[in-house]
This record gives sequence, C-alpha cells and structure tokens, in this order.
Amino acid sequence: MQTEHLESHQETFIRKWVFSLDHKTIGLQYMFTSLIFLLFGFSLVLLMRWQLAYPGSALPLIGSYLPDSIAAGGVMHPAGYNALGAMHGTIMIFLGVVPLGVGAFGNYFLPLQIGARDMAFPRINMMSYWIYFIGGVLMLASFFVPGGAAQSGWTSYVPLSILSPGQTIWLFAMTFLITSSLLGSINFIVTTLNLRAPGLTWSRLPLFVWAQFVTALLLLFAFPVLQAGAILQLLDRVAKTSFFIPSGLIVGGAPVEYAGGGSALLWQHLFWFLAHPEVYVLLLPAMGIVAEILANGTRKPIFGYKEIAGSFCFIGVLSFMVWAHHMFVSGMKTSLSYLFMTTTMIISVPSVAIITCFLLSLKGASIQFKLPMLFALTFLPMFGIGGLTGLPLGFTPTDVYLHDTYYVIGHFHYVVVTGSLIALMGGIYYWFPKMFGRKMNEFWGKIHFWTTIVFMNGIFFPMFIQGLAGVQRRLYDPTVQAHNLVVQPTNVLMTYSAILLMIAQIPFIVNFFVSIFKGEKTEDNPWQATTLEWACPSPPLPHKNFEKIPTVYKGPYEYNVPGESSDFSPQHLP
Amino acid sequence: MNQNYGWGLPVQASSYAGKLDGSLFLLHGVMLLIFVLWAFYMIFCLIRYRQKNSSRALYSHRTPLSSYIPDALMLIFEIWLIFFVGIPIWAHIREDLPKEETSVALHIVAEQFAWTMHYPGLDGKFGKQNPSLINADNPLGLDENDPDSLDDIVSVNELHLPLGKPARILLSSKDVIHSFFVPEFRIKQDVVPGMNIPIWFEPTKIGQFEIGCAQLCGTGHYRMRGDVIVQSPEEFENWTKSKTKS
Repeated sequence: MQTEHLESHQETFIRKWVFSLDHKTIGLQYMFTSLIFLLFGFSLVLLMRWQLAYPGSALPLIGSYLPDSIAAGGVMHPAGYNALGAMHGTIMIFLGVVPLGVGAFGNYFLPLQIGARDMAFPRINMMSYWIYFIGGVLMLASFFVPGGAAQSGWTSYVPLSILSPGQTIWLFAMTFLITSSLLGSINFIVTTLNLRAPGLTWSRLPLFVWAQFVTALLLLFAFPVLQAGAILQLLDRVAKTSFFIPSGLIVGGAPVEYAGGGSALLWQHLFWFLAHPEVYVLLLPAMGIVAEILANGTRKPIFGYKEIAGSFCFIGVLSFMVWAHHMFVSGMKTSLSYLFMTTTMIISVPSVAIITCFLLSLKGASIQFKLPMLFALTFLPMFGIGGLTGLPLGFTPTDVYLHDTYYVIGHFHYVVVTGSLIALMGGIYYWFPKMFGRKMNEFWGKIHFWTTIVFMNGIFFPMFIQGLAGVQRRLYDPTVQAHNLVVQPTNVLMTYSAILLMIAQIPFIVNFFVSIFKGEKTEDNPWQATTLEWACPSPPLPHKNFEKIPTVYKGPYEYNVPGESSDFSPQHLP
Repeated sequence: MNQNYGWGLPVQASSYAGKLDGSLFLLHGVMLLIFVLWAFYMIFCLIRYRQKNSSRALYSHRTPLSSYIPDALMLIFEIWLIFFVGIPIWAHIREDLPKEETSVALHIVAEQFAWTMHYPGLDGKFGKQNPSLINADNPLGLDENDPDSLDDIVSVNELHLPLGKPARILLSSKDVIHSFFVPEFRIKQDVVPGMNIPIWFEPTKIGQFEIGCAQLCGTGHYRMRGDVIVQSPEEFENWTKSKTKS
C-alpha cells in the first residue's frame, strides 16, 4: 500500500510539513489555520463592539491603523461596520468553526477511531486543505481591494450584494471553500464506509464517527446548491446577467443597467438550502466530541447510543426540509410557512433526545471532573439555552417580531460559541495528549475555562433582552432609533465582556504552544479511554498510525464492565 | 424617554399585538420550565454521581421506555402549538386582509434610505407612476398628467393613520430588500424589489410609533427610520385635507 512505500524514504521538509499526505499533518494544518482565523474573526467583531458601545467614537489604540475602508481617521463608518459584520460571520463559519470541527478533528481522528492508516484518498485530502487555504487568503485579501471587503452580510442577499462593493472576491473565495468542503466530505464518507477495522460494525462506531459521517453527507448534498447560486450571483456581478435582478430597479434615482426579469427571493432559497444544513455541520462534530468526553469522564457507556446515532441521522435528513424558516417574512407565499414551521418545530425533537441522553448518561455514573469534562458538561446547559431560544424563532407568529433582531444573534451564538466552540475547546484539551504526546497545563486550563464561560455569557445573554426590545441586527448605530435607547447600556456590558473574553484566550494560546514543547509527557492513553485512537502511540506513528491494524471486539464505551478488574475495556482487546 | 419602550417588549399598539405576545409568553414559559428541570437534574447528578473513592459506575445499555417521555412530551406540545396556536395566528395576521371599503389603503415604497407613503386620496385610485419622472421632489415619479394622481398624497417617512380602521398596505421597493418593522404593532414584512406584498394591521392607540428597517439595505440601513402617526379620525381627515393638492 502506498503509505508503506513512502515510509522507506526520507521525506523532504516540503513533503513532510507542507504538502503532506498524512491525515494527521493535514489535520494539524487545519487546526492551526482555523484557530488563527477564529482569532482574526473575533478581532473583527471586537472593533464592531466598540462602535456599538460608543457609537461614532474613535477606536482606541488601533483606530488610526485601520484601513480607510473600515475607519477613516480612526472612527468607524457605516460601510466599514457592515464589512466587518459580513466578514466576521463568513470567517467564523467557513474559515473557523467548520474547518476546526470537520477539517481538523475529523481529519485527525476519524481514521484513528476506525482503525485505519489514513483517509481513503490522501491526495484529495491534501488538496482540500490547500484549496481551503487559498479561499481563506482570498477572503483576507478582500479587505485590501478597492471598495473593501464584502458588506452585505454573510448571507449576501440580492440585489444589495450585487450592487455593493466587495462581493466579487467573496464569491470567488466561497467557490474555493465550497470545493474544499466537497472534496473533504467525499473522503470522509468513503473512508467510513470502506476502511473500518475488522470487527468495527456500525453499531460499534464511536458517536464522534457517526457525527462526522452525517456531517459529511450534509456537506455533500447541500453545498452544491450554494456553489451554483454563488456562480449565478458572480455572473450577475461581472457578466451583468439578471438571475437575481428584478425588472425596474432604480438605485439612487437612476435605473440600473440590467435586463431584469430575475428573482430576489430565488437567491434566498438557494442560499438557505445550504446554510441551514450548514448549521448542523457546525453542531454535529461538537456533539460527537461531547459524547466521547462524557463517556470517558462518566466511566460508563453513553446512555442511548442508538437513540443518539439515530437522532444524528434524523437531524441530517430533516435539516434539508427546514430552510425557509429563515424566510418567514421574506415575502414568499405565506402558506409555505405552515410547512416550514412544522418541520422546524419537529427538528427540535431529536435535539431534545440527544440532550436527554447526555443528561441520562450522568445517572449512575462515576463522574471525574477532568479538564475536558468541564467543557463537555458546560456544553449541555449552554446548548440548552441556544436550542430552546430557537423555538420562538421557528414558530412563525413569534418570529414575525423576533426576525432580524438581536434575539436571533443571541440564539445562534449560544449554539455555536457557548455550544460548539466550547465543545471544540474541550476536544483540544482531550485530544492534545494524543496529538503531541504531552498534556496541556491543567491549572491554566481551568482558568481559561471559567473566564471563558463567564465572559461568553456576558456577551450573548443580553442579546435576548435587546431582541425582545426590538433591537434590529446589523445596525451601525443603534441609538438612531428610539426603541433601542433603553437597552443601549447592555451594549457597554457586552463590549467589555468581549474584550475580557479575548484576554481570557491568552492563557489558552500560551498553554497550547508551550505545552507542545514543554508539556508534561504522557503515556499513550492518559484518560484511560476505550476508543481506537488511544490504541496507538501518542502521537500516532507517521503514515501508518498503528503498528498493526487493530481488531475490534466490542462497543466504543465499555467502561466499568461487571466482572472486569479495570474500569475500562478498550475496543481492540478481546 | 418615550413611554412606548422599556426593558421588555414595547407597548402593544395593534389589534393582534396581544395575540403575538401571548405566544411569546407561552413559549418562554415552556422554555424556562424545560431549562430549569434539565438544570436541576444535571446539578443533582453532578453531585450525587461524582466519583467517590472506589465507587463504580452502573454499567448498562438499557434505554427504558420512560427515557422517551421528554421527547414525546416535546412532540405533543409542539404539534398542539403548531395546529392550535401557530397556524391560526399566522393565518390571521397574514391572510385575513380587511375589506378595502372599511380600511385605509395605501402603498409604501421603500428605497435606500427612506419610506415613501402613497395614499390614493378621495378618488381611491393611485395615480400612474413613471420611473423617468423620479427626482428629489417626486420620489415616486408620479405622473402629474394622470387625473388619478391629482388627489394623491405622498408623505416621506411619516405614515398617518386614523384610530379605529385597519390599514391595508402594499409594500414595494425601488432598489434592494428592505423590511417594514413597527415594534409596537408587532408587524414585520420584508419589502422586495420586483414584488408587491400586501400587509395589514389595525392601530389601537393614538400616538407616535417607530418604523425601522429590518433587513440590511446598505450603509444607511441604521438610519432608515420613520414614524407612524396614529390620530383620531377627525385629525386624520384634517391631515388628509391639508396634504391634498387640489
């Protein structure tokens, strides 16, 4: 097999670290790149938060260094605010959370957890990283082109996005990012189908693998629609077609030079057909990580393995049938809303099932409060808030009021940040010993955990208050509208929470890098876990992972099996 | 400060605002209940089942039928909510358009960054519009030569309405997608170029209420605001007379 052949040569630096075919190196490339993008995307919103707390004021310290397209003379202007908003969303979703959850963790641990030596298609794997990288560079470059970066929301609604600056590069970059995801998803699906170790049946797969598998299917079936839509919008911009331009548009008093005849709503359908499943792409890998850490930290099999795996699949299928809940007030035929309200309310049931199973996993457990467990446990109530606040948004009458208010922003940040991102951080602490053979510092990890969770809530909880007061999204200066004035002080609280949250990441960043070189060395299985990634050395052998492909004899979470002397029973031992 | 707004929901100033708020309260009550029950259970488990000495966890793969109860309750509640609350309210606020004879009919045209209200006047007919006639004084391009336009009223950023009559409004946009949002009326509807979208509401309080734009429409989105001025029928008639040209 190809990997054996490679092993016998001394690899060049470029082959080993830049254009690597090893899924572990590619996973690390995704990890470092996505973490940098997360930090960058976070910095962008910090700038916005200053403007929201003190509208029209000069940005302290860094104001004069910002490009004119964002803040001329150190004071942010509306176009700059809109650009930061659009880019924050785009970067966090497509360059940050998904590459971390799928590209980094999926790439590194899917093959290990199924006992494979690598992905089914290592070359495609490498391509998918570098195409993602190019897409990311294009997105960053967009800040420096004439007109600046995209400023029509990450949702790129037409006709605004076609008539505004910055969108062309955004659309190009999106086509790269989408291609990268499609290549990756094919790899994950084929790998899971074909490369499972002997004895590893579907009902013995770790829930992390189930989550990644369903996620890959979501990406595969949903992204092509947005790819097509993005190309159509690109054509409208550069070739002056009118796929999305209705007839008779008059901008600034003058008719636009388009033939017209297009549909503005069509873009929304094409966009949300992807973007709704996309939010489950943000969520499922994180839920998979929570399952792994919970099983390990509770020292018993996860409650409801079949129910959880089944719920992942049910969410996957149903996620293709709910997209127009983003469009209840869009002007689409009102009777369509009956259908989408129904499917949307129903999709909450499998989420309730998953959380119920995770909670019931605590019953009768022997809970060890290790550092990764703190994150996995916190996911539960935080995702609870995020998921529950989705109910009035999916319910059409209440959505009429809450649509496009801060309530929506609070909802999705609770799910993605205090939910997914917390779980992903837990994953970093949990799998760090496997990737680097060393542990991260426990003390600084706990400091990071407590400060992070407090400040995250400080930012996102007041958003529900703002939303119920009717404060709309994407407002450069909320104080211009009377109904936003009473709750304006919450913006100050949120801004300082955000600044403190940024500072709270410093111990995490330092801990991460210092521990790679100076962390306490660990044995192969420091958490005494049962799944296959712990059956190989830490870090795993380059290119082949396992000395010998393991055989699987039992389920993934056989802890405290009656009659056994040890409290954990690894999958690969008879 | 404006009495309409506080730390919670704004004052209810339309006929269906109360119904909508009712569902908001119902949902949030249920959400709070679910969260509190989950939180209590979780805290109980974290304390009761923390690792003590050589305690062993309970090994089991059983999933008793009782574990499906939360999921089943959720499903039943949601189905009830959809069919007995959601669909009736949605049908009422979107499809129960009032009769033309007993309502105030007008068009609202959104553009970057203003709301232009177009009343048909006493003849009940809207004058023809010609895009080439659009200028700063004539934002709708009203054709002065069309007799129907003689009594039309055009009002920028000020929507006058009489108390006691529903308003029937046709929304359209000149350029990009905007969204007509009046918090106190609990009305929100995207305004889409290329479409004419009907909405209705009935004001129940005299006063001044804020129109905000609820869909990103460009660099002036944050300042695209207007006012709804709900007056007594007599004051509305006076206003109409004062704005009618002939």
